[in-house]
Amino acid sequence: MELQIKLFATLREGRGKVLTKEFPSPATPKLVLENLNIDEKDVAILLVNGVDGNLDQELQEGDVLSIFPPVGGG
Amino acid sequence: MSGYCGKILRINLDERKVIKEDLNMEWANAYIGGRGLATKYFYEEVDPKVDAFSKDNKLIVATGPLSGTPTPTGGRYMVITKSPLTDTIASSNSGGRWGAELKFCGYDMIILEGKADKPVYIDIKDDVVEIKDAAHLWGQTTSKTMELLAKDVGDKAKILNIGPAGEKLSRIASVMNDMDRAAGRSGVGAVMGSKNVKAITVKGSGKPEIHDKDELKQVVSRVNKMIKENGVTGEGLPTYGTAVLVNIINENGVFPTNNFQSSTFDKAEEISGETLAEKYLIKRTGCYGCPIACGRHCKVDDLEAGGPEYETIWGYGADCGLSNMGNIIKANYWCNEMGLDTISASTTIAAAMELYQKGLITDKDLDGVPLEFGNDDAIIEWTKRMGLREGLGDKLAEGSYRLGEHFGAPEVSMSVKKQELPAYDPRAIQGQGLAYATSNRGGCHVRAYLISPEILGLPEKLDKFSIEGKPLWVKTYQDLTASLDSLGLCLFTSFAMGAGDYADIYNAAVGTKHTDESILESGDRIWTLERMFNLKSGLSKKDDTLPHRLLKEAIPDGPAKDKVSLLDQMLPEYYELRGWDENGVPTEDKLKSLNI
Repeated sequence: MELQIKLFATLREGRGKVLTKEFPSPATPKLVLENLNIDEKDVAILLVNGVDGNLDQELQEGDVLSIFPPVGGG
Repeated sequence: MSGYCGKILRINLDERKVIKEDLNMEWANAYIGGRGLATKYFYEEVDPKVDAFSKDNKLIVATGPLSGTPTPTGGRYMVITKSPLTDTIASSNSGGRWGAELKFCGYDMIILEGKADKPVYIDIKDDVVEIKDAAHLWGQTTSKTMELLAKDVGDKAKILNIGPAGEKLSRIASVMNDMDRAAGRSGVGAVMGSKNVKAITVKGSGKPEIHDKDELKQVVSRVNKMIKENGVTGEGLPTYGTAVLVNIINENGVFPTNNFQSSTFDKAEEISGETLAEKYLIKRTGCYGCPIACGRHCKVDDLEAGGPEYETIWGYGADCGLSNMGNIIKANYWCNEMGLDTISASTTIAAAMELYQKGLITDKDLDGVPLEFGNDDAIIEWTKRMGLREGLGDKLAEGSYRLGEHFGAPEVSMSVKKQELPAYDPRAIQGQGLAYATSNRGGCHVRAYLISPEILGLPEKLDKFSIEGKPLWVKTYQDLTASLDSLGLCLFTSFAMGAGDYADIYNAAVGTKHTDESILESGDRIWTLERMFNLKSGLSKKDDTLPHRLLKEAIPDGPAKDKVSLLDQMLPEYYELRGWDENGVPTEDKLKSLNI
């Protein structure tokens, strides 16, 4: 299945901003992180289609993942 | 006495008299310092019904017991007065170095009373406090004022001053210090202007005493490690500044756009922290004693300037429908030069854009300056005109609520208690909505930053769409923040530190016996006293609300589509947790338990 992956802040380094990639079905965010060589502990916020996601949820064709390291402000 | 200097300066501007008084330590023990202690002084000395611009209003500039001590971020000060924008207690908080320097002079706070008969500035060098003529400074922008003052008082002095907006009594005028730091909110700069005080300069040679230096060293070493190892304070904020939030908030679909008419901005990447770091950032800056250094210094064309912060980028960017980062940096610069609050100034322009969209402001009001959503040329010129009260700028200087009222549509004002809301759509962040509605100074994110648990997942991730448990989270954040502001430390430390850590620092520096529970209880006392002031000022339960749009008009698009604030379902539980009656009035028992 094709997924769009949006990376932010330091996670962009060496990977890019927006990636469109094919994954075998069923795919999970955990699999996506492994594929991109991102350590789970470096991920603070994971959104699937803009809504809070979790590492083990089953993804659907065309889903958009937004992945952030620990960041904050105000 | 440790931590505190034990002295306050009371300056009567009518009589040009300076009195040095002992700090009331009984009040200091109960209200900590800064925001809390100054509110106690204000509550005891000023009629809550006073007109904010009357000379009977007072303006207190206060530090906390940890300001100027060797603690992380111990450089802050607060401005406490009655707000001309909200009619509530105002407490605006700023960083930089000025607050620490006031402590080095030997004073915990300054109380300004009355009104000078002509423009003055106050020059403080340790024991010597002089009220000096400011005719040559009146009318000058903030940076020019600082440049001229440095010639008068020496370039080592730290300077706090107002700009033209404060002089012209703009209800959204800020107090600036150290060039680009601001006690921004609630129009505190206008109260200073109403007293004909242009600036306060400080240069001190002392240091606050420390109760137990070895213990403090150990505690500070421990919390500095926590700050360094925390992903937000150790990496995110230093690398990207507060602007890193742009993409996070937008991806969540809660990034208000076009004056909250939408909540996702398709050009967010162009105004993101990542773009700022890549294309405009020239250096990082930090306040006194700060191990985080979230401050930005940016360059665009020939302009090098401090900022912009996340809220400002949002206000001038998405909320006005704009994505030209260069112009946002310039508009931020002009806000600081005029001495305007960047949140209220930018979002008042956004409200004006909606009035123009609705045909209530027309081309004849504009003198040829554009006011459409998305027009990159609008924000710089309208900011200047707002600061100088030129043309329609005269109405903008009153803030968005009074602007909307003038044009027959106050509902375009996205404000609480007439103070403009910041950069998070509360329709889909339920706890933050309750925090906005109950904020003691009107629309504000830093009275209780529920974004931390509801979006960022700190200290734990909450479901932002749910109302369950949110009233207790809001109360706890409000109480902790009140104590933190009163201690004189930066709110950003709370990404890494908890109430117990603050108690440990306070105890080591001052010699108190606080625990995490008593830190929160002090916050509850401060919060309740602020509430009592507001109730006596004439506010009531009806003011604990959100704009109609946020309660009734659902988010039209994006991942938070169809959400509205469920405020009414959370407010009764919040009042109950606070020990207030169903009308939001603290009960006698509650007041007695807090010794108010």
